[in-house]
Amino acid sequence: MPVNYLYPEYEIVRNYDRCIVCRACERQCANEAHEYLEDKNKMVCDDAKCVNCHRCVSLCPTRALKIVKSDHTFKENGNWTKKIINEVYKQAGSGGVLLSSMGNPEHYPVYFDKILLNASQVTNPPIDPLREPMETKVFLGAKPAKIERDENGKLKRNTPPHLTLSMPIMFSAMSYGSISYNAHESLARAAKELGILYNTGEGGLHEDFAQYGENTIVQVASGRFGVHTTYLNTGAAVEIKMGQGAKPGIGGHLPGTKIVGDVSKTRMIPEGSDSISPAPHHDIYSIEDLRQLVYSLKEATAYTKPVIVKIAAVHNISAIASGIARSGADIISIDGFRGGTGAAPTRIRDNVGIPIELALASVDKRLRDEGIRDNVSIVVGGSIRSSADIVKAVALGADCVYIGTSALLAIGCHLCRSCQTGKCNWGIATQREDLVKRLNPNIGYKRLVNLMTAWQHEIKEMMGGMGINSIESLRGNRLMLRGVGLNEKELEILGINHAGE
Amino acid sequence: MDLYASQLGHKALNDKIRESNEDIVIESCFGERFIGSGVSGDNTITINGTPGNALGAYLDGPTVIVNGNAQDSVGDTMNNGKIIINGSAGDALGYAMRGGKIFVKGDAGYRTGIHMKEYQDKRPVIVIGGRVGSFLGEYLAGGLIIVLGLENDHFPAGYFAGTGMHGGEIFLRTDKHPENMPEQVIVSEATAEDMAGISDIIGEYADTFGFNMEEILGKTFYKLAPNAKNPYRQLYTEN
Repeated sequence: MPVNYLYPEYEIVRNYDRCIVCRACERQCANEAHEYLEDKNKMVCDDAKCVNCHRCVSLCPTRALKIVKSDHTFKENGNWTKKIINEVYKQAGSGGVLLSSMGNPEHYPVYFDKILLNASQVTNPPIDPLREPMETKVFLGAKPAKIERDENGKLKRNTPPHLTLSMPIMFSAMSYGSISYNAHESLARAAKELGILYNTGEGGLHEDFAQYGENTIVQVASGRFGVHTTYLNTGAAVEIKMGQGAKPGIGGHLPGTKIVGDVSKTRMIPEGSDSISPAPHHDIYSIEDLRQLVYSLKEATAYTKPVIVKIAAVHNISAIASGIARSGADIISIDGFRGGTGAAPTRIRDNVGIPIELALASVDKRLRDEGIRDNVSIVVGGSIRSSADIVKAVALGADCVYIGTSALLAIGCHLCRSCQTGKCNWGIATQREDLVKRLNPNIGYKRLVNLMTAWQHEIKEMMGGMGINSIESLRGNRLMLRGVGLNEKELEILGINHAGE
Repeated sequence: MDLYASQLGHKALNDKIRESNEDIVIESCFGERFIGSGVSGDNTITINGTPGNALGAYLDGPTVIVNGNAQDSVGDTMNNGKIIINGSAGDALGYAMRGGKIFVKGDAGYRTGIHMKEYQDKRPVIVIGGRVGSFLGEYLAGGLIIVLGLENDHFPAGYFAGTGMHGGEIFLRTDKHPENMPEQVIVSEATAEDMAGISDIIGEYADTFGFNMEEILGKTFYKLAPNAKNPYRQLYTEN
């Protein structure tokens, strides 16, 4: 047997004084880290199988378990870290491409954390959202450049189709397949109750969720899975996925083993068939080609739905966005390099793309400079972690944000970043029936509603503090932002002053 | 219903097509795009002239007959119905098509039938009478593509036919054994059983354009099928 170079990353610590050998941990762990020894009437565990998802810890009735980071160490080295050494071992052992999930966990700057918000003092007094109306409603879509009247002087009602949201938040694209039926149900029901939208991702739309159509964005990506006329017309908007923040420049691949039952049905491909989304759309090599897809979708939906084009934040993002704003798209969605994923090659996830804060500021400025900002709304995602991030994103020019990871956290994700295994113990990133059942959509949807309601209130409080009573007046209002610890170039790109200026 | 494309422009033209269930004849078509995009029903739309890009995108039932050439992206993500082109077609014909048939009398351009897929009773079919450009049937996940090369003895497809293929079948009518095929593709001379499987389609195609079925079948057919031992996916290591 070859020597295993890898030492477990975590240790499962069991307090045997508390353990009552109820075997709950054993039943809960899809990774089979816990085992019952019958002859000794004792629970034991295999640390190597633990992904640190906290399922057993949360379900242990006597709090006998905790997971700690192993202090087992290599000789200290600032360059060859434990993580890097282990990755070399993994690839030398298998010859495979490293595969990870969820967003980029590396220590790159988080610009949201280096931006501070303003508040009113003395003059232009703050507004208390408890006693005064505050507007967080947003409308996404192209804004007409001018008001037109008919021969009788009446206003022509020629506004392009819009999405109306109660707050500037939508749930970002996560396909049925990458996440479970119960996760989708939670998102769809929460979106409906909140008056916002969720996004099917490239996995088609389950027939049970057609009833949430008004709160659904249907996605069209390079594999066109599950895309047909009824699908396009069921949603409130159609999103063309050109790229994803976690894996810019590459496509997707759901292995045939996960194409079972309803997943096969909604994707409209046979069970067991690999679901491959090629890296490019092979019919889009230019902005003109993109325009063609945008308009073919508008034609297929009789110009009743806004079309969103989603791209990953990459180096020349502002030039790309300028092209998209001229393509007939109504909304541009930009996904930053921290965006989540159900599976992406580690090297791509951790090394490709740019921070969403810089991408957003630069796109907003470019579109304003070119006089085409009103052609499109801008939606940003790629790690929006709190209501404060949302307020900062809006002040940097966003109309709305997409949240994915925060929404999954709300329904029980513990960010163990093992989605690619399909053995999510919290019933989110899995299709295994016994695991999916663990996520109760009645609770899941309520937790999403709670989170969004809380964030909406916080957004109102922050706006009120600045003396602003409508989110529209906050959009692109960079005077409300100050940088801390940022260099001049960063401040220039963000378009903000340093704190104290 | 007769419509004059060049007077209407694509938006008004398509509004009228969507609203109608009766057979439609479109006259003086000069590159109007998106004709029949997302249209369902079982009527026939006849186009006299040259329709523009994305003809019959997401088409879901109708029969579209083009008396002339067609441009790029014919039948993009088509779900059902039939498109007959009495001429040649441009690039990316039948992209991600899931059902229905596209018959082209002449040639088709690059990237024909990329990522077609089949599902339950849906099995998309593309038959090209002439030749096609490179990248035929890339990422093919299902369905049937037949390229007949009727005009001459040149090899009927360009480079990289079937790259990333993981389902479906491609037939090439040619005396030349396909060489330098991607590793995901297995090439074999079509057996009698293979030919029996496609003879109905070839018969329908020959009837459509008035070709002689015997003459079509009088040449060797090669079949390209996915090499299951060499799947598209790469080896991953969980990290």
